[in-house]
Amino acid sequence: MLFSVALTFLGLTCVTFFIGRIIPIDPVLAIVGDKASRATYERVAAEIGVNLPIPVQYWRYLNKVLHADFGVSLITAHPVLEDMTRVFPATMELALLALFVGTVLGVPLGVVAATHRGRWQDHVVRFGSLLGYSMPVFWLGLVGLLLFYARLGWVEGPGRLDVSYDDIVPTVTGLITIDSLIAGESDVFWNALSHLVLPASILGYLSLAYVARMTRSFMLGQLRQEYVLATLAKGLSPFRVVWVHALGNVWVQLVTVIALTFGSLLEGAVLTETVFAWPGLGLYMKNSLFNADLNAVLGGTMVIGVVYIFLNMLSDVIYPLVDPRARSRG
Amino acid sequence: MSATGLRFGAPTGWRGWLLDAAPASRRQARLGRWYRAWLGLYRNGLAMTGLVIVLALVLVAIFAPLFANHAAAFTQTLQDRLQPVSWAHPFGTDELGRDIYARVIFGSRITLTIVALVSVIVVPVGLGIGLPAGYFGGWIDAVLMRITDIFLAFPRLVLALAFAAALGPGIENAVIAISLTAWPPYARLARAETLTRRNAEFIEAAELQGASHLRILFTQIMPLSLPSVIIRLTLDMAGIILTAAGLGFLGLGAQPPAPEWGAMVSSGRQYLLDQWWVATIPGIAIFIVSLGFNLLGDGLRDVSDSRAG
Repeated sequence: MLFSVALTFLGLTCVTFFIGRIIPIDPVLAIVGDKASRATYERVAAEIGVNLPIPVQYWRYLNKVLHADFGVSLITAHPVLEDMTRVFPATMELALLALFVGTVLGVPLGVVAATHRGRWQDHVVRFGSLLGYSMPVFWLGLVGLLLFYARLGWVEGPGRLDVSYDDIVPTVTGLITIDSLIAGESDVFWNALSHLVLPASILGYLSLAYVARMTRSFMLGQLRQEYVLATLAKGLSPFRVVWVHALGNVWVQLVTVIALTFGSLLEGAVLTETVFAWPGLGLYMKNSLFNADLNAVLGGTMVIGVVYIFLNMLSDVIYPLVDPRARSRG
Repeated sequence: MSATGLRFGAPTGWRGWLLDAAPASRRQARLGRWYRAWLGLYRNGLAMTGLVIVLALVLVAIFAPLFANHAAAFTQTLQDRLQPVSWAHPFGTDELGRDIYARVIFGSRITLTIVALVSVIVVPVGLGIGLPAGYFGGWIDAVLMRITDIFLAFPRLVLALAFAAALGPGIENAVIAISLTAWPPYARLARAETLTRRNAEFIEAAELQGASHLRILFTQIMPLSLPSVIIRLTLDMAGIILTAAGLGFLGLGAQPPAPEWGAMVSSGRQYLLDQWWVATIPGIAIFIVSLGFNLLGDGLRDVSDSRAG
């Protein structure tokens, strides 16, 4: 399994390397500018190695990536890795809360849909999921802002904090809600939460759609099994059979689903963070995109790609740990 | 029970011919199968809604000039900018005084183009990799599936984003970027479909008659794999439309003045608080179309696979 993870990672580096090569901008010219002398041009070209054979260039690139060196960002003039460690907690804070919302609501809804198959509860959950599947996240974000921020004033608008609360709490975890609790600044906490709640609910709804749908189909598979009938015949309450026995058996599969949901939340961050001016990895990548800052874009792609591969692997590892049936199969 | 099952006696006329339990010709059997699938779909209200939406998208895109005035969608009339909803402008006007209704209508052409182009690329690529993998097995299968798995583990939107950023913004590059990340599930599906039929007797019969591998793949296996590939494609369409709209929203899809729905939402953002219709109405169009594909795909899957709930 480690082999396949390594192979996938190599594949990812191949693709990012390829993207870096097909860009129609001369990388040397981008550094030296068009007024540089021929000699300077040649020197820089040799320095960054554009004239070397492709496999050699790839090897150099791979080496850098393995040392977590994604180059220097053109706009911020910091190393890309440094930029990304700075912005990543913002994305984490958003994605974690969204995942929490999606799981805590999505799993019970999926279970209810499965136990009430074909009745109105099932139809409501299925149709609600379908709506979530079909909505463009950036549009939902804008509608949410229009309604809950501009019209009703229930939540704060774009950004992570009001300007007046900036730089009050020292950074510990990078998650402002947690940092403000550590510092004991309840005003900052409530302000941060009020900014967080809308984007997190919107992303949470979208992940809820997926989690509820998968829970429903896993549960339907379990409820068909004979042990359900047996435990019921033994006199266990239907509630216990459904929520303890059947749900206990699908929990492992759900871990995979939730891990993948988290991956897609990171991905969707580019759109959500653009709408909510949320200073995370997605907004960082979006801004880099429009300043032709390819190092930053590819660095971000690489980081999200690695997290993605890692999550895939994680669910493969957790599976046999939690489920003895998967262990024997190897 | 179904509506047809309640009638007494066998249906007669052309329906009887279609539903005949013992079809006399291959054509009758095939048409009968399609008719039964259609009946299954027809009974599913949500799926029919989806079908109507998808058909409406196709018709509106093809006959756009009949539904809206081309000039209204593209001509800038600055004295009419940001007009609210009225009889003259059913969806209002945008920041350059163009009629949003007309732009949404003409924007359907872009959506349909993207959907069609992605399908035309993704299905052959998926079949081209999945069919040989399942048919030949061995190292061919191992290599092809390893490549597929690598692409499957990639974050789709981000990779499409990076591709679109490197190739430059534009509708063609958006299509390429989406296709590059959308084909792996089709390869896996085609492989699985092939594996279930690889050892069937009719394949052996064809082999014994001297048919080449290529011939068996094209005439025996591919036609049988196509239905599930098409269902999967319908289900994926919503995702493809949303990704395309997302790229458009970020400015990496179709370029102005093209009335791409995602880009229209993006350009309306700065007027969101006072002129809500500029950003929200094109978004509703995206939502309805992708909902249509989801409903239709769900229904098709239910018809093809009675186990799916």
